[in-house]
Amino acid sequence: MRDGETAIEVRGLRKAYRDNVAVDGVDLDVARGEIFALLGPNGAGKTTTVEILEGYRKRDAGTVSVLGVDPALANGKRGTGIDPAAKRWRERIGIVLQGTGEFDELTVGEVVRHFAQFYPAPDDPAEVIARVGLTAKTAARTHTLSGGQKRRLDVALGIVGKPDLLFLDEPTTGFDPEARREFWALIRALQAAGTTIVLTTHYLEEAEALADRVAVIAAGRLLAVDTPQLLGNRDAALATVSWRKPDGAWERTQTKTPTAVVADLAARFDGEVPGLTVTRPTLEDVYLDLIGAA
Amino acid sequence: MTTMVDAKARRAGAVRLGLSQAQLEIKQFLRSREQVMFTLAFPAILILVFGSIFKGTIEGSGGVKFTQYFVTGMIATGLMTAGFQALAIQIPMERDRGVLKRFLGTPMPKWVYFAGKVLMVAFIAVLETVVLLTVATLLFGLKLPGTGAGWLTFLWVAVLGSTACTLCGVAFSSVARTGRSAPAVVTPVALILQFISGVFFVFTNLPDWMQNIASIFPLKWMCQGLRSVFLPPSFGASEPGHSFNLPMVALVLGIWCVVAFALCLTTFRWTTKRDG
Repeated sequence: MRDGETAIEVRGLRKAYRDNVAVDGVDLDVARGEIFALLGPNGAGKTTTVEILEGYRKRDAGTVSVLGVDPALANGKRGTGIDPAAKRWRERIGIVLQGTGEFDELTVGEVVRHFAQFYPAPDDPAEVIARVGLTAKTAARTHTLSGGQKRRLDVALGIVGKPDLLFLDEPTTGFDPEARREFWALIRALQAAGTTIVLTTHYLEEAEALADRVAVIAAGRLLAVDTPQLLGNRDAALATVSWRKPDGAWERTQTKTPTAVVADLAARFDGEVPGLTVTRPTLEDVYLDLIGAA
Repeated sequence: MTTMVDAKARRAGAVRLGLSQAQLEIKQFLRSREQVMFTLAFPAILILVFGSIFKGTIEGSGGVKFTQYFVTGMIATGLMTAGFQALAIQIPMERDRGVLKRFLGTPMPKWVYFAGKVLMVAFIAVLETVVLLTVATLLFGLKLPGTGAGWLTFLWVAVLGSTACTLCGVAFSSVARTGRSAPAVVTPVALILQFISGVFFVFTNLPDWMQNIASIFPLKWMCQGLRSVFLPPSFGASEPGHSFNLPMVALVLGIWCVVAFALCLTTFRWTTKRDG
């Protein structure tokens, strides 16, 4: 696959469970090499969308292309076989599901080595275990791992096949802040090596730190897609300037021209402005506005 | 030429994958101590309990002891437990825990999962049969087959019966809606089959209607086939139809293999209902 080519193309995706419409006409494009984050409240249709892309669920309508293949064909056949084209497609995709089954009685090393065998050109299992920070736990049974460590094992199994495209469904749930930082570094390294990454997350700071582009989905509809900096016209939103007046009371003003306000304040105070802050809406503010309006 | 080599290499890779999956399954089994104890010790304990309660000989059998009859039934039950009961409970649990979903998301050919289960069942069945035969010959005077033909019959009845039970277990795994409900759905089926198939009671002493129902299912025929191996030939006269009727044993077990295999192919579920 060439650079610049789309990794994922979705048009008019629809999926309903009986009368409950989970995904209602979603269009998406994910470029090759991109980190793409899908944000939205619980029940918004994130997991349904991602699992359709992963070939787990069937859609009701729309067209979907993932690495040039329709994922509906991936597990379509019942029975014991797997279609050669579908197998080649699976070899290029890594999946970290939300809450996946563990192999309690096996060790971390055994599980990663076993899954490596499924792929034609896997990474070295010991190397993968090191990258997710589980080297010290290589010989530990998986049921002895903490929640965050189990999640890292999930990630190891998702990347051991050296995928071109990696799906991560709420990957850092249960991570402590340090582990989350390490995980972000791992994801950035994967991107640098050319992997396209689609992730869903509840953590807006995670989307802001990692994603090239962010999509907000609520009630099955796509509300906005943009870079974290531009989402919901965040850059053009009013800035809030606040400071402390000489009598000690706080003053704040919303303005389109924060630089002018600060210059004016600087002149008025003849130097340092006590307690000066200039803020624009955080990604969280923009996100809450978007889903609040939906 | 290259494609032939490629095909050969791929086949070798596939075989290795199947064996590796089996190794994974067997490791998991051996490491869960409760499972090992329950699977291997429970039938042995049952033999000890029943063998100590019923001491008499079977009426009109020419001196065959009930314990000998019961022990052959327990060997058949062991095969059923390892194949049918274990898989029909284990697979729904793995489905619930997302193990199946995880495999489905990899390029692993689907048959590899089943190959792993089948080889695990075979391993457990052999282990369990050895334990039961040891207990039965040492404590309850079970006579091992004295002829090659006897061993051969033992082999094909055990393999065919075990295959039928394994396939039934995979097919039945789609019945339980959740992993938690699986034991409740499967255990009564297995237990009732044991009662009506002539494991705990002499089959021909059961009511006719019960015998007729049991004759539909594999366990009755497995018990009967194994009795032909471990009881004196003269006991055949005490069997239903006054014969061990081995051709019928092969036929019924074979039909169950085919039917259950077809069910596996058409009804097996990799994901739970809530996975859409």
